[in-house]
Amino acid sequence: GFIFNNPNSGWEAKAVEFFKDHLKEKDAHTWVPSLNDVPLHYLKPNSLVKFRCLIQDMFDPEFYMGVYEAVDPSTKAKVLRCGKYKDVTECGVRSLPNTVTAERQTFYCVPIPGENPWVKEISSSCLARVVPSTSYAPTRQKRSYEEDDDMDDMDTQMQREPHTGMSCCLSPQSPTEQHGNGDCKRRETEAPSSQTAPASHLDLNFPLPGEKGPSCLVKVYEDWDGFKLNDTLEVFGILSVSPALSALADKKDASSSLLDPTECMETAEEQRVHSPPASLVPRLHVLYAKPLPHNNPLLPSATLEDNSAFLSSTLSEMASVRAELLTFLTPILLGDALAAEYLILHLISNVYSRRDVLPLGKFTLNLSGCPTVASYTERFYQIIQQLVPSSYYLGMSLQNMNQMRFVPKKDYSANRLVSGALQLARNTSLFLDETQLEQGQLDTAGVRNVTALGNLITWQKVDYDFNYHQMEFPCNINVLIASEGRSLLPSDCQIHLQSQITPPHMEEYLSSIHVHPQASQLNKFRMYLSVARLLNYSISDEVTKSVEDDFVDMRKDDPQSISAEDLHRMLVVARLLSLSLGQTSLSRDSWLRAKHIELLRRSRMEQHTCVNGNEP
Amino acid sequence: MSSPTSTPGGRKRGRNTNPSTPSSEGPTSPPSQRRRGQDSSTGDLMPMPTSPATDMLSPAAPQDNSLLSSPRPSVLPNEVDMSSPLMYGTPMRGTPARQRPDLGSVRKAPQVDLQSEPPSADGAVTSESNTGQRLVIWGTDVNVGTCKEKFQRKVMVFISVVGDPVLNVNCLHVQSFDAELYRQLICYPQEVIPTFDMAVNELFFERFPDSILEFQIQVRPYNALKTRNMRNLNPEDIDQLITISGMVIRTSQLIPEMQEAFFQCQVCAFSTRVEVDRGRIAEPSVCRNCNTTHSLAIVHNRSVFSDKQMVKIQESPEDMPAGQTPHTTIVYAHNDLVDKVQPGDRINITGVYRAVPMRANPRQSNVKSVYKTHIDAIHFHKTDEKRLHGLDEDAEQKLFTEDRVQTLKELAAKPDVYERLSSALAPSIYEHEDIKKGILLQLFGGARKDFSQTGRGNFRADVNILLCGDPGTSKSQLLQYVYNLVPRGQYTSGKGSSAVGLTAYVMRDPETRQLVLQTGALVLSDNGICCIDEFDKMSDSTRSVLHEVMEQQTLSIAKAGIICQLNARTSVLAAANPIESQWNPKKTTIENIQLPHTLLSRFDLIFLMLDPQDEAYDRRLAHHLVSLYYQSEEQIEEEFLDMAVLRDYIAYARTYINPRLSEEASQALIEAYVDMRKIGSGRGMVSAYPRQLESLIRLAEAHAKVRFSEKVETIDVEEAKRLHREALKQSATDPRTGFVDISILTTGMSATARKRKEEVAQALKKLIQAKGKTPAMKYQQLLEDLRGQSENAITKELFDEALRALADEDYLTVTGKTVRLLA
Repeated sequence: GFIFNNPNSGWEAKAVEFFKDHLKEKDAHTWVPSLNDVPLHYLKPNSLVKFRCLIQDMFDPEFYMGVYEAVDPSTKAKVLRCGKYKDVTECGVRSLPNTVTAERQTFYCVPIPGENPWVKEISSSCLARVVPSTSYAPTRQKRSYEEDDDMDDMDTQMQREPHTGMSCCLSPQSPTEQHGNGDCKRRETEAPSSQTAPASHLDLNFPLPGEKGPSCLVKVYEDWDGFKLNDTLEVFGILSVSPALSALADKKDASSSLLDPTECMETAEEQRVHSPPASLVPRLHVLYAKPLPHNNPLLPSATLEDNSAFLSSTLSEMASVRAELLTFLTPILLGDALAAEYLILHLISNVYSRRDVLPLGKFTLNLSGCPTVASYTERFYQIIQQLVPSSYYLGMSLQNMNQMRFVPKKDYSANRLVSGALQLARNTSLFLDETQLEQGQLDTAGVRNVTALGNLITWQKVDYDFNYHQMEFPCNINVLIASEGRSLLPSDCQIHLQSQITPPHMEEYLSSIHVHPQASQLNKFRMYLSVARLLNYSISDEVTKSVEDDFVDMRKDDPQSISAEDLHRMLVVARLLSLSLGQTSLSRDSWLRAKHIELLRRSRMEQHTCVNGNEP
Repeated sequence: MSSPTSTPGGRKRGRNTNPSTPSSEGPTSPPSQRRRGQDSSTGDLMPMPTSPATDMLSPAAPQDNSLLSSPRPSVLPNEVDMSSPLMYGTPMRGTPARQRPDLGSVRKAPQVDLQSEPPSADGAVTSESNTGQRLVIWGTDVNVGTCKEKFQRKVMVFISVVGDPVLNVNCLHVQSFDAELYRQLICYPQEVIPTFDMAVNELFFERFPDSILEFQIQVRPYNALKTRNMRNLNPEDIDQLITISGMVIRTSQLIPEMQEAFFQCQVCAFSTRVEVDRGRIAEPSVCRNCNTTHSLAIVHNRSVFSDKQMVKIQESPEDMPAGQTPHTTIVYAHNDLVDKVQPGDRINITGVYRAVPMRANPRQSNVKSVYKTHIDAIHFHKTDEKRLHGLDEDAEQKLFTEDRVQTLKELAAKPDVYERLSSALAPSIYEHEDIKKGILLQLFGGARKDFSQTGRGNFRADVNILLCGDPGTSKSQLLQYVYNLVPRGQYTSGKGSSAVGLTAYVMRDPETRQLVLQTGALVLSDNGICCIDEFDKMSDSTRSVLHEVMEQQTLSIAKAGIICQLNARTSVLAAANPIESQWNPKKTTIENIQLPHTLLSRFDLIFLMLDPQDEAYDRRLAHHLVSLYYQSEEQIEEEFLDMAVLRDYIAYARTYINPRLSEEASQALIEAYVDMRKIGSGRGMVSAYPRQLESLIRLAEAHAKVRFSEKVETIDVEEAKRLHREALKQSATDPRTGFVDISILTTGMSATARKRKEEVAQALKKLIQAKGKTPAMKYQQLLEDLRGQSENAITKELFDEALRALADEDYLTVTGKTVRLLA
């Protein structure tokens, strides 16, 4: 027990290091059961689990008993215990000398909003591949209790000998030891529905309506300043579902509250939100949290720079995959190859940097001229959904605009950030369907929502409402606007669909293009889009020079033809075009090609302007 | 994680060792621990003294006397020693003491005599032969006597406020007086502050022996430098005195908190009082009078309660790191601090940071291993009060480290600091150097002057700038940048904001159901910059509120029974688009943006952001943009560093530099003004007004601030002149003549246009006179006649103006479609 008393022993750092090292090993992380896939009641309390999530809210830091003295019930001896990675203390704590107070931070985490079904499917099948599924034991519940008892014994052991204790019960290092935990990782396809049923009375605060999955109170022990709201993480930590946590919240004793002001001050609402039943919102004590640059399970977990073999093989294939993708998308865009090309550029766009207030690399696409028949936009969105890891369809109907909550708002009585539809993870595709727009009046909330969308598109930021003030949160969301005419929202680039299909045949055509590509082909596309987004990019001095020359020449011919804004856009197009071809630096050819497609697009816009004169 | 010994924290974490205790026989020694044990066991059984004052909880409550191993043998343990300095609870000639629940229902702070201490160590202070001299409070190194005496001397030096029986003490003063005393105050506020109370009361009643106060004087320290930011609070701050800033987000209703319970025996009516200790009442089970068990019942209306209120505060947005949500902290306000603050107030709060273990559930052996934290407030200081009153100097002072000041001063000493700073401003926006320089001067602002004695009121020190120009010339981006740079910036769009959104509105608070004044963008940006985009799209009524703000710098509000004048010393940075989609170079600024000249004349600088069409510019622009798209992360990182330096530079200059005009500079300004007026007089027009002179002064002062110079010199005036001229050249050039004509901005019409108007009026008069005696004419007919006669095209507007001019001469009158001659 003395080991905790000595800060120099550094066992904590060693333990964390141990897990980090082991999780880095090949495939090791796939042995850890995931809260995303495995229903909570199949997971063993106090075991190592992982969770792929978004930080939805940050609670206040809390002080806990890092080390405390307790009386061992059997021996009646005083023992020092460690309170780290735990929610409850055991056996009559005595707040006496040896207690050490330490600090930790709680994040409220939800599964990545808008994560598409294919991502969930693939990531859970990854697990199943490594951990062979054993038969389902109906005596499961009973066994779980037994195991808990074992666990407690181990806990006590662990307190005495932290090194061996922890590694034996939590280590993923050897498959034989792992086997004990193995059966709780069984994949249960119908699981999520069973979990959400009792959740109805408790708002789990998911950013998007209709989301499922567990949310989690993640306790972070170190470097919490490094995390930001809306970060996506993969958290490895110790699951805590002790019923004692919720029991505290249930107890509402009027007589005790009179004398204990600390308890009566917190509103019931705040209590409910901050200590929800552990069976619904488990606690996760972090050993190691890995920021996720993407949530595409098809990509290797190592970063691209560290995985040069994978990178070089993918880069060489990119041009051909791109061509395939183009042929796949063109019929969906009613045979318009140029629009399909722009759609690819949009799908791989990414805010890669910010210069003072200016986000660089965003490419909001306004696809105008979408047919309003045969629910074209919905079908179109379904295709997008198949391609990108996370996305959200937002029909811009009057009802949605007036009634949905877009911007997260701080609820001071419950002391939490009530989420809104625009609280999205990086690189989420937001599909705005403007064809749903109808005549009517936007109310105050509606105007605010439209303004928020405008700000999101122009500055890639959302102003969260903190009642007394607003706070700006940068974001990185790919916005695609499908509209009939020009969108009422700003966009970086507008392209008018040139349909090769005449309206009477539209219905027929659309039902015929309901294509279902091969899974392997789809996976290729998915990988392609995610990789292209992660590539680095540069422009050589030589090409810089020629771009400058081009610009000056174009201005000389006709100063009205190209403005600084146009040059901005052309540079983005050139960047995305190069990346889409797997080229990490701008070549003269790519620049010319970018210029060419921009020219095509603009001439089409002018044509269109001439056709209906009311366009500005 | 910290070891127990490294945290000089609260008793709950066992302050069993204290390295700074100046005694070898420290409080850890067995005797003192035994004494502590006695304390808790005897405390409840001690017969209650009859004097009401001795019920008071204080570190020197009579029970504690038993713990004093006082060297004077005459003092019996339970005897009340009136001469002891620890007789804190003694009524001072009729003035009752009052509890300090803010310091906790005072732990019976036992004191330990440092008997073993060699007299020499104490020698310096033992001059005053007092028994309390050698006592330290158990667990701390606070020597009551020394501490008291030091504080009395301190108060003599710094004494500031005695009005209410409350003495606010600036901890900074304590520190400058005696660093050791300051350290003790910060580390052991619970012990030191009551000692201060004693000291002050002694001093007060020594001087004014006959005065009777509402209650005894309480000392309220503020401005403890320990912690400024809520985010930095950590377990080591527990039980220490801290000052943090934040914004009140919720206040609870008043909570009566029991301080002392009154029990009465049901059998013999014997009554007894029991103090509340840490929220618990030890209910006596046996009546001491009749020995009946369980016969005592609590009598609520004879128990003693104190007021308490929960206040929740949240980090102020300025203190927040980007991308995180603000933290909140619970504060308990006691007694007269209750209801001192309202939701929305920005406050600095000084208090004692506490951590309380979560209450153990009696039915469970396991408890949550988490503490609840709160602050017991001792002192509130509203930082936004100055919006209603004057400037508050010491609250607003931003603290800079010496290194930082050094860096800033080095930067200021560079000859090209002005250029450096202006180029660091919004680097992603290309060129427009003069505009950036103008905005830079706006960020620094002029020197604040007070002419209220001469009846002029405050002299506007803030520079207002208007940017006009083609859409898509990054005006909005520039505004966004400025808004992000300054701490008190507000960004609104003319399209979306109403007059109330800009000024202030009265609303019913959802919680208190009281009418509260909610301030709008202009008031919120007091001492900052209010960026208004799409200025031209603003409705007339909204724009009209700006008239007052932009010159008088106040906002008058009369709404729902609330009549007040708020300060709005804000600089306005506005951007306007031309009425037509493109800027028409053939028209004047007024004609292009269609804003009333009364408003335009309130802008110091009006810039045009146009797309210059020349090759060299295009090339530089292209280079700039391309480099934007491939610069490496490090270069961007550097840029960000610049933004932080720039921010500090501006904050430093705004706080510390207050330049005054030098003799030469005044001369230069006078000359500049006279020159400006001369230019126009040659062509028979006024080319400068006093407002322009004021603008020049402000700009020159701002430029001096950029140089960190306390004196405005000729070079400052030169630059102000240049910039002013540059802006005028852009915005006030008469497109018909090519001359700069200030009257375009001041009267809304260029001199040539006015001349033309007069000509038309004369022509019309002649025409009417030629028609002979016709008392009434058709409007349309007259217009056609005039058109037929004149060589120049006569627009309808011109004709109307001519009619109006003649009507002003009382020559004719226009009613509907008929023109009647008068006279």
